[in-house]
Amino acid sequence: MSHVVFFALAALAVGSAAGLLLRRNPIHGALFLVVNLGTIAALFLTMRAEFLAAVQVIVYAGAIAVLFVFAIMVLIPGKDESGPDALRGPRLLSIPVVVVLLALVSAAVGSVTLAGGARPPVPGGADAVGRVLFTDYLFPFEVTSVLLLAALVGVMALTRRRT
Amino acid sequence: MVPESYYVALSAILFCMGVLGVLTRRDPLVIFMSIEIMLNAANLALVAFGQRHGTTDGQALVFFVMCVAAAEVAVGLAIIVAIFRQRRRLSVDELSSLRG
Repeated sequence: MSHVVFFALAALAVGSAAGLLLRRNPIHGALFLVVNLGTIAALFLTMRAEFLAAVQVIVYAGAIAVLFVFAIMVLIPGKDESGPDALRGPRLLSIPVVVVLLALVSAAVGSVTLAGGARPPVPGGADAVGRVLFTDYLFPFEVTSVLLLAALVGVMALTRRRT
Repeated sequence: MVPESYYVALSAILFCMGVLGVLTRRDPLVIFMSIEIMLNAANLALVAFGQRHGTTDGQALVFFVMCVAAAEVAVGLAIIVAIFRQRRRLSVDELSSLRG
């Protein structure tokens, strides 16, 4: 049963990523991205990472996808990929390059023998993750707030209209 | 229980699809979305390895990756909007003003 769920989610994730790659309209790409992020959240759930699944839906499918859709609305793109492609040769060359990359990554992952047998799944609720975040990773967690503040100030400085 | 290696394999496939998107598309917004797919693939691998090793550390790392991704998207989209205001066109092929 869990295999069926996994393969269905995996097919959905790969299919939505392919849709993002193939559709020319960026708004379709954004919707495919939402589907992809949602399936990743479901895959987190199948790995018993409930907290991360909730954060994934809130941060990615909520905030980041909305940000993308807003940017698409502001920029009104869609005509930029219609012209003749001056770099068609290098772009086509990137396909075999990515195939080679996939082969290399698969070989690297396949060569690693993960130690130990099957373990019981680690609980990934808000209490377990919160305990790790506020003990072992307390300093990085606090630095994160500085990072978000810097991003906030940077975005406001970047989009300010010059007067 | 599905073995963790399946998740890692799916993560590798998704990452390579993101690389393909970054290399082949011309719209900077779609390139950004492909980068998001790559980050998510890395998150999937982190959670899978964390489960395999029996620790919650992988999930804590994913939390930080999400924070960085949120900041990165906000700043990146602001840069794209600023470029669009200046040039009225968006194509990564034309943005070569930093080339030496």
